[in-house]
Amino acid sequence: MRKMTKGMVSALALTFGLASVAAAEDVEVLHWWTAGGEAAALNVLKEDLAKQGIGWVDMPVAGGGGEAAMTALSARVTAGDPPTAVQMLGFDITDWAEQGVLGNLDAVAGPEGWDNVIPAALQAFSKYDGHWIAAPVNVHSTNWVWISKAALDKTGLAAPTTWDELIAVLDKMKENGITPLAHGGQPWQDATVFDSLVLAQGTDFYKAAFIDLDPEALGGEKMAAAFDQLLKLRSYVDDNFSGRDWNLASAMVINGEAGMQVMGDWAKGEFLKAGQKPGEGFICIRFPGTQGAVTFNADQFAMFNVKGEEKVKAQLAMASAIESPSFQSAFNVVKGSVPARTDVPDTDFDDCGKKGIKDLAEANTNGTLFGSMAHGYGAPAAVKNATYDVITAAFNGEYTDGASAAAALKDAVAAAQ
Amino acid sequence: MASASEADFRTRLQDWLPKLVLAPSVAVTLFFVYGFILFTVVLSFTSSKMLPSWDFIGFSNYVRLFSLPHWHVALKNIAIFATLYIVICTAIGLMLAIFLDQKIRGEGVLRPIYLYPMALSFIVTGTAWKWFLDPGIGLENVMQQWGWESFSFTWIKSNTMAIYTIVIAAVWQSSGFVMAMFLAGLRGIDNEILKAAQIDGASNWQLYRRIVIPLLRPAFLSAFVILAHLAIKSYDLVIALTGGGPGRATEMPATFMYSYTFTRKEMGVGASSAVIMLMTIAAIMIPYLYSELKEKKE
Repeated sequence: MRKMTKGMVSALALTFGLASVAAAEDVEVLHWWTAGGEAAALNVLKEDLAKQGIGWVDMPVAGGGGEAAMTALSARVTAGDPPTAVQMLGFDITDWAEQGVLGNLDAVAGPEGWDNVIPAALQAFSKYDGHWIAAPVNVHSTNWVWISKAALDKTGLAAPTTWDELIAVLDKMKENGITPLAHGGQPWQDATVFDSLVLAQGTDFYKAAFIDLDPEALGGEKMAAAFDQLLKLRSYVDDNFSGRDWNLASAMVINGEAGMQVMGDWAKGEFLKAGQKPGEGFICIRFPGTQGAVTFNADQFAMFNVKGEEKVKAQLAMASAIESPSFQSAFNVVKGSVPARTDVPDTDFDDCGKKGIKDLAEANTNGTLFGSMAHGYGAPAAVKNATYDVITAAFNGEYTDGASAAAALKDAVAAAQ
Repeated sequence: MASASEADFRTRLQDWLPKLVLAPSVAVTLFFVYGFILFTVVLSFTSSKMLPSWDFIGFSNYVRLFSLPHWHVALKNIAIFATLYIVICTAIGLMLAIFLDQKIRGEGVLRPIYLYPMALSFIVTGTAWKWFLDPGIGLENVMQQWGWESFSFTWIKSNTMAIYTIVIAAVWQSSGFVMAMFLAGLRGIDNEILKAAQIDGASNWQLYRRIVIPLLRPAFLSAFVILAHLAIKSYDLVIALTGGGPGRATEMPATFMYSYTFTRKEMGVGASSAVIMLMTIAAIMIPYLYSELKEKKE
């Protein structure tokens, strides 16, 4: 009996001891990677940190696009207790940096030479006032189309490279009795498709409209044409699309219920998880008319000002682990995106990944790498959501033609600025 | 005269003071309810974006609020929703209460059956009805599998009809509760009056039309107030059932307030919409409270 008590006490002491050590070197990470492929990718980082003895306190807030996660974050920061690292996109990072609540990663960024290997278009967001505040994890590009190989073969047509070819394929798929376009009717998904349509109108036009927010471009003829194309695409979507999550739309393509999905490359993770291989089960192409240009959406871990030396150390270790080329490769192979560093070898990547890496490098040198409006890399949240309102209204049939939608877009963006 | 009322006031204060001091809930309520109401009102006059700021800009948030088409959609939706919700709930609740009041057998079983939906949260109601109304997996699919091929019920996916699916789900949830209120009211009616009316030769219809329903006035008033404030603050049901969609077709003031305050980083505009909502509720509640308090004095 006494022995047992002694054993229990020492076990208890051991537990407490371990717990306090772990607490000192835990990183608390707020993210919205809860879908299967995403969760698997995140596990890579968890394991890397575990090897260094750093614990991981998971704080997942579900909801693609991270709207709910950002709300949770506001509450935590307002309460003065920010998490160590927060998955964040684009202007959200800049917004938080302006509040002066982000940490400083220069201690690892400098020696590791992040300045030379991370594309400049990304650095614009990962740095504030010349200091590194966030560690980019990956670069997603949003102008992809994921096509079921079986469905495409059945049409007897080649993978489309122009708008007209795309329509021909979609028509044929409709004849074959499947839903041509798998789509989820959530504002951010509507906007993701629209990103590609605007980019297909020309890279200069995309920059003028969605980066520079030029009213003439926003309300002009090309925007009207892009909206007309969006209305056309609407006719290839099944009646039951509204509210569907993006991964369910991917599943429709995987199951052969639908022909293709216009979605960022995070969709690839769903295909891989279902056991399909690029070129065999599915085909990845750039949205017709956008080859050579990339609209990106990079997941970054913004690092908050944490208190305590141990915590800062754990935070820096996490930042360093994120930017290590081996992690960049391992993570992005699973996640479906491409590394945020340009010096990572593409040997482990599948064909879609290799194409993504090549396209990114090409767009980076040609100056055709742009932030995605739909994912908060084009303009701040107020403007982004104003464009969502118009795009989603157009997709749900509120405007009779593209010209009136373009006019509404111009007004909405002007009002939100 | 003056000193008498002062003494009066002092004794009353002495009566009340211990209770006030001993009630932390008073302090908590003052701070968390009225304090935050004040905070929101103040915020609505500032240029707050992501986090609160103290840069006052007058009424421009309100001007911007009423220039947003989005807000007008929300107002139109709340008008449709609140009207139908209150009217249908009251009608169904009254009908159920009258039927249950016919001294039928098994009332004890039936009453909880109607009342139980109220025990669910709106999130559960919304999710269940979302699946039930979904054309791909719900009612339409089942009907078609049973052989009624032409059956079609796609309101939840339609821009113009989706708001009515919210009414359906909300009515399902709340009418049992309204029934319980009316049932209590019916049980409170003096049987003598009814007997007297019957002796005078009143028909059943006349009995209800002229005597019972007028006597239920307080129950109507409480039902109205409870349903009205539930309607105005409806958020969870919308989020669970349609997520504000298709598109933004079922946006309500409460979902509007949340999205502007938190996801769109226009806290000032969000706060001003909250103030408008508060004023709407106040416009309904204050006359009610006023009349209630007046009655008690008499």
